[in-house]
Amino acid sequence: MTNRAHLLTSQQMASFVTNGFLRFDELIPNELNEAAMRELDGGLKGAPYGTPFEQLYPSPSAIGQILRSPAVQGIITSLVGPNPLFDHHAIHTRAANETKSQHLHGDAVIDTRMHFDIQLMYYPHDIPLEMGGTLVVPGSHFRRINESDIGRYQNMRGQIPMVCKAGTLLALHHGIWHCGRRNQTGQVRYMYKIRLNPTVRQTLLWNTDDLDDPQVEKILGQHLPWFEWATGRLEIMNRSKMWRFLTGNESYDTDYWWKRVENTPEYMPASAE
Amino acid sequence: MPKLRQQVLVLYLADSALDSNVVGWSLYDGTGRSAPVTGDEPLPPYESGLDALKDGWRVIQFPQLIPPYPGLEYSTSFLKHEFIFERLEEIND
Repeated sequence: MTNRAHLLTSQQMASFVTNGFLRFDELIPNELNEAAMRELDGGLKGAPYGTPFEQLYPSPSAIGQILRSPAVQGIITSLVGPNPLFDHHAIHTRAANETKSQHLHGDAVIDTRMHFDIQLMYYPHDIPLEMGGTLVVPGSHFRRINESDIGRYQNMRGQIPMVCKAGTLLALHHGIWHCGRRNQTGQVRYMYKIRLNPTVRQTLLWNTDDLDDPQVEKILGQHLPWFEWATGRLEIMNRSKMWRFLTGNESYDTDYWWKRVENTPEYMPASAE
Repeated sequence: MPKLRQQVLVLYLADSALDSNVVGWSLYDGTGRSAPVTGDEPLPPYESGLDALKDGWRVIQFPQLIPPYPGLEYSTSFLKHEFIFERLEEIND
């Protein structure tokens, strides 16, 4: 059972819905980061798709210790609930002194579910800007695209290169647009990634004490720098739909976007005399 | 006869007007003098499509305005307002 103190807040969940990811800087202590680097260098034992998450990385394993830590368990439980399934993992490296970056893409294939998988990206060593870091486009997770069809988009306003200290963790919605930026240093760059599938309905799994905080709606209504004016409004509506799904509150609306277009009265009053 | 090579600039604008703001951008350089890659530029080369025209780029494609498919009016996908520009540059080989 995850300790409630480590669950995400409603404001963090709203930020996940708005941006498609949450970032936890220097979450993992350095001694574990160093142990994880040694483990990643030696390679990780895989598991079949659909393996219960709890069966992964038996002790002793630094990666297992990180994933079982209360803070990471709180993140996982809040987003995909208890007992998620292992989808796959990967140790992503970028060679030293690269001239090319990866093209922008969404992982797997086009995925129109409201239910969502998460991917955790863990950075076991410092990532300065010249080392690249993963590039993330906040708020891109609702866009219905198939994998690398967006490869021609080189830059978008508000894009975030993951420049971070060792021990930083990203928790991403499966649909987020991202890529590996080129590494212009003389050192190989490492990133460990794991994808998890939910086994429960993803409703109110976090610490909901602040569910009615006005800040939640403010976060869900944020305009992002790369949004086109008109389509950006649809993104606010996409978030409202996801918030309805996450909270079970089918009347939730940021501003009045859905309620206006859902208003199709059938009531016929008696004719005025 | 000078040898010419094409540079292609793709600007994604905030609406269908050429003078609206740039929200995304890509550059492909047929001269080989530069090799832009994904995620290297935090700021766009121009504030608007019109600014690119003023700097000598020739627009070669306007995006069509296509109504949404029935049933998909509220879903989002690719960037809609993709304007393509070119510039021809001399090379010395």
